[in-house]
Amino acid sequence: MRGRAQARRTAETPERMLVSEFVASGAPDGAGGVGEMAEVIRDVIVIGSGPAGYTAALYLARADLKPLVFEGFAYGGALMTTTEVENFPGFADGILGPELMGRMREQAQRFGADLRGSDVEAVDLTGPIKSVTVDGEVFKAHSVVLATGSAARYLGLPDEQRLIGRGVSACATCDGFFFRDHDIVVVGGGDSAMEEATFLTKFARSVTIVHRREDFRASPIMLDRARANPKIRWAMNSAVTAVHGDTTVSGLTLTDTRTGETSELAATGLFVAIGHDPRSALFKGIVDTDAEGYVLTGGDIGAGRSTETSIKGVFACGDLVDHTYRQAITAAGSGCSAALDAQHFLASHHLAAVTDPEPVSSGSPEQVPVGV
Amino acid sequence: MATKKVTDASFDVDVLQSDKPVIVDFWAEWCGPCRMVAPILEEISNKHGDKVTIAKLDIDANPEIAQQYQILSIPTMLVFQGGKAVKQVVGAKPKAALLAEFADILA
Repeated sequence: MRGRAQARRTAETPERMLVSEFVASGAPDGAGGVGEMAEVIRDVIVIGSGPAGYTAALYLARADLKPLVFEGFAYGGALMTTTEVENFPGFADGILGPELMGRMREQAQRFGADLRGSDVEAVDLTGPIKSVTVDGEVFKAHSVVLATGSAARYLGLPDEQRLIGRGVSACATCDGFFFRDHDIVVVGGGDSAMEEATFLTKFARSVTIVHRREDFRASPIMLDRARANPKIRWAMNSAVTAVHGDTTVSGLTLTDTRTGETSELAATGLFVAIGHDPRSALFKGIVDTDAEGYVLTGGDIGAGRSTETSIKGVFACGDLVDHTYRQAITAAGSGCSAALDAQHFLASHHLAAVTDPEPVSSGSPEQVPVGV
Repeated sequence: MATKKVTDASFDVDVLQSDKPVIVDFWAEWCGPCRMVAPILEEISNKHGDKVTIAKLDIDANPEIAQQYQILSIPTMLVFQGGKAVKQVVGAKPKAALLAEFADILA
């Protein structure tokens, strides 16, 4: 409780006042109300709501930091559009993606995370007090955890956007139902392409997997499952280069990636599973990102802690930073790291107590190294 | 006003013959993105119930209407005026975007 006592001592200066202190001192509705008081400065704001965002929120809430979480309107992240999640440890029989996210959300809420279903419009992260603008209202905090995840990539073809919802889809679980006895195409060579193709055979007459290369990014178990499925056909070394159809998709043009030869394929559905782009537009030019837009953290920018960004007090986790793994469990893990890093940051700047776990072992808060 | 549940059987009376414009939300239990727009539509219905009816059509239980209107993705929201579909909005969108899409009938 040392840090808390410290915070109380500094509470005379308004900009140091923690929201928990504010509420304790009888301010009306400081944490949950609509009328945000200008001088409320929270410990931490989380932006995002996938496995990373909710895990960060859970840890921060359990540390009594009363995180304010902007879930965005599309709460739950990428797992909301998946079916069975078979590789999240602890769920031996698998669990539905939306169900898993619902449970993570509930767990964060149970410990006091303040969840808001709004989208963040703008951020100002540079100074010691960070601002986050939502629906025109400004929220302030000493630290921010970025967990905005990634967005499904489309092929970028002229007629693709026009035909979304008319045969073009990025969500097999949402739309597969409508393609009973149709011939459809899945584009991609990763796990999500294999999962979608396998799932879609429940409805479709045939599913053709179109993939640019001959080798796959997909894991062997997913690939084998697709290969064993008699309804799945394969178009290797091929790319979809045009989508045809007036009101709905009627066919595709495939181009051989080696010879450049084109061919036509009759299909009424096109499911795109060619990966994701980090949702970092909001933070571009504010925190350092790489060429692809992933937010850089930890060793990449010489920071001491793995989730630290180029700005002090700003941490990032989940698919927003992850080129490589992009799994629910790795996102959750990095969300936990970001929460602990944020906690440590707040403690070392005398802004809040570290309660869970306890990396600060001895001495007064003044002795905590500040170089984090 | 709360949203109105419609079926294949009630569609004609509740939607096509309605005096007010009707926004029909084609949805299903297993559709994650449908859960994201549902609360926004409830909110719009509560606030603008005098101008528009928001109808919910469960495509699992009512496949005929979905087929008739060539629904190939959910959530899809179809706006009906005078018995005709005048606008189609596909996919989950934030509240501000939905309000903008429906601006002319909510005005």
